[in-house]
Amino acid sequence: MTLANLRLSAAALLIGAAVALPASADFAPQNPECIAPANPGGGWDFTCRQVGKELQDLGLISKTMQVVNLAGGGGGVAFAEVVNKRNDSDDLIVAASSSTATRLAQGAYPGNTLEQVRWLASIGADYGVIAVSKDSEIETLPQLLDMIAEDPRSVSVAGGSAVGGWDHLKVLIAANAHGIEDVRQVKYVAFDGGGEAVTQLLAGSVQAFTGDLSEAKGFVDSGDIRVIAVLAPERLDGEFADFPTAREQGVDALGANWRGFYGPGGMSDEAYDGWVDMINTLYASEEWKAIMETNGLAPLDLSGDEFQAFVADSVAQIQSISREIGIIK
Amino acid sequence: MDILSSLADGFGVALTFQNLGLALLGCFLGTIMGALPGLGPSNGVAILIPLAFTLGLGPTPSLILLTSVYYGAMYGGRISSILLNIPGDEPAMMTCLDGHPMAKKGLAGEALSLSGIASFVGAFIATWGLILLAPQLVKIALLFGPAEYFALFALAFMTLGGVSSTNQAKSAFAAMLGLGLAMIGVDTQTGVPRFTFGEVHLYDGLDFLVAIVGLFALSEVFIFLEERHGNSDAKGKSLIIGRLTPPWAMVKACTPTMLRTSVLGFVAGVLPGAGASLGSFISYSMEKRLVDKAGTFGTGDPRGVAAPEAGNNAAAGGALVPMLALGVPGSGTTAVLLAVLLSLNITPGPLLFANNPDVVWGLIAALFIANFMLLAMNIPMVGLFTRVLMVPPKVLMPIVAMVSFVGIYGISGSTFDLYVMVAFGVAGWLLRKLDIPLVPVILGTLLGNAMENNLRRAITIDDGNWWTLIDSPLAIGLWAVAIVGFVLPLIVGARIKARMRRRDEEGAIAD
Repeated sequence: MTLANLRLSAAALLIGAAVALPASADFAPQNPECIAPANPGGGWDFTCRQVGKELQDLGLISKTMQVVNLAGGGGGVAFAEVVNKRNDSDDLIVAASSSTATRLAQGAYPGNTLEQVRWLASIGADYGVIAVSKDSEIETLPQLLDMIAEDPRSVSVAGGSAVGGWDHLKVLIAANAHGIEDVRQVKYVAFDGGGEAVTQLLAGSVQAFTGDLSEAKGFVDSGDIRVIAVLAPERLDGEFADFPTAREQGVDALGANWRGFYGPGGMSDEAYDGWVDMINTLYASEEWKAIMETNGLAPLDLSGDEFQAFVADSVAQIQSISREIGIIK
Repeated sequence: MDILSSLADGFGVALTFQNLGLALLGCFLGTIMGALPGLGPSNGVAILIPLAFTLGLGPTPSLILLTSVYYGAMYGGRISSILLNIPGDEPAMMTCLDGHPMAKKGLAGEALSLSGIASFVGAFIATWGLILLAPQLVKIALLFGPAEYFALFALAFMTLGGVSSTNQAKSAFAAMLGLGLAMIGVDTQTGVPRFTFGEVHLYDGLDFLVAIVGLFALSEVFIFLEERHGNSDAKGKSLIIGRLTPPWAMVKACTPTMLRTSVLGFVAGVLPGAGASLGSFISYSMEKRLVDKAGTFGTGDPRGVAAPEAGNNAAAGGALVPMLALGVPGSGTTAVLLAVLLSLNITPGPLLFANNPDVVWGLIAALFIANFMLLAMNIPMVGLFTRVLMVPPKVLMPIVAMVSFVGIYGISGSTFDLYVMVAFGVAGWLLRKLDIPLVPVILGTLLGNAMENNLRRAITIDDGNWWTLIDSPLAIGLWAVAIVGFVLPLIVGARIKARMRRRDEEGAIAD
């Protein structure tokens, strides 16, 4: 039942419309800073750098956004730093994504909860995909899930996150939607990042890949892997239009890895509204649309209170699914 | 030919005034960063990323600057290994083993110039390898599944024994210690934190850069404090550099070594994750097995200097192959470079060669140019860099300590890492007192996680069947080499030691 809930709310999130906030009294960060809670190169780093660059190009901030890489604990080090030391900063935003919510839900940031920070806005979503190698006999998602249902040992699914991480949860959501009751049977193999997982898919060590569209994009373009399902409510635009959704194949599964920002819990209301405003302006710009397109990001426009509520919902739902598969007690 | 015309286009891109200037700047800064203990290629590149962005450089010039730093740091790492017995960066640790003894014999100049040539040969061959192999890479990488990776790591550890210590038991202990340290952090297979004591900084495990700086640089400072207490004139440090060109005979004797280890290092670099450290390590051990008949490795054998240097520079080139062709970095530094590419809106991977040929070939041409610049900088001008290191220890050691602290804090911005570094410094000092080699500790910490994960992946995929580990010809081959590499030194080593002991006794009598 929790899985069903998760799907429902994912759907709700996609319908969520942007609410234009009243323009705040000209808040301008003195020294805009963005913490990317990971080493350079990952999604969080990308989020900080692209948004920083675009905010400056659009003239929304006058100074260059300083990007600080504060890796550790899957974002937990940055979270603790913000809560403990930077709680009053008005100039600071921190990149976050579904995995931030997943870890908060599973208590992987010891002593920290989502209420300790203020959630600002999302800047897009990266839909989950399930893919097979180009030579695979598997053609459709139901076919793959039937194989798993018949003999769970015959199919290894590789993903870039740890067991219980978002890549793992996505395949469980799909399995559950297909009527596999005991999702713990699904054989998931964790790799260090989507690239490594795809490499092993190509090597034939595993039979299927679960990951984000942006991770899979390069390998799809080169013809090495075939996407059998994208976990989006309807087909995506442009070059991704060929990918069938899980839903149209009769598997009612949705999985979006959102990207967005939070700010310190003690951030003033003025600064909070200012940042939300700036990110909204950025989101509406043509430049940002182009960036989303080249990076395989799909629209997801939530900000302010709406975003806060959305994050709280996802945390609650991930908590219950994690309990179901025994990740947390 | 297709490749040659692409390369010619690449030189067209690289041979502009700006790009040449950037390559020169990168080579110079890279060598200095490589030479300074604590600053290695990955933090060297990381430090210069802001520079590339503030200058508003385009993708190709930025990459030229940063890969020049990368190659430069690989060259520079050897300087402090040879002169100070502190590896300037982590791949240069094997160079300490013979480089420093050479310097102690008054052959520092020869060691420096010989290793410069070896670096050149390694990097030159690797750049050609990059050109030829990058398009073919996917197939090679795909032969390695989790089981094969596990066998490869096992090979690395089993051949470790005879390399860094005369006492196999001590180096086995050191390797186990390193593997144990690698267990700290969230287990990526199950998401369960291990040995973290609720400390969020430990969730990602120990940062091996922190461990390296602590074990090597800080313990050096501690040893210095202990030994030179109240007497900081440091007699041993007034090293004679000697002539800056190696005798022709020495180069000739080392040529086969350089060629062999360049190829080996390149292959090690290409394997994702293995990187330059494994390249220099495997190169050294292979050469030791292959040509060290008289047991001179470890006592200042020129071949023991040439082997790891050719190996690690070749591995640096090799590590670029999977980064460019697959988008999977082959080492820590290429992971940083990958990050730069992504923020410049270029997606490395199978499509890069088709979509951005100017970037790829401009970069490759720049690597050739940088390599020649580095050879020029590192042979005649090596004195300039050594002067940086020839300052007396009472000045140098505080600087080492300072750079260690600033460098580590600069990477993570976390004081927790500084505590960890100091702890490793003390541990390094203790281990040195007990004559336990430090290199296996680092290798254990560095490779332990990947090794464990690959073991567990292999077993998971095959439903708990352990036979999966020897289920492919490649895996069987790797295991065979590993077992031979482990058993052989026990037999041969005992015989060599016996012979050496006899010779020592004869020597004692003759005196």
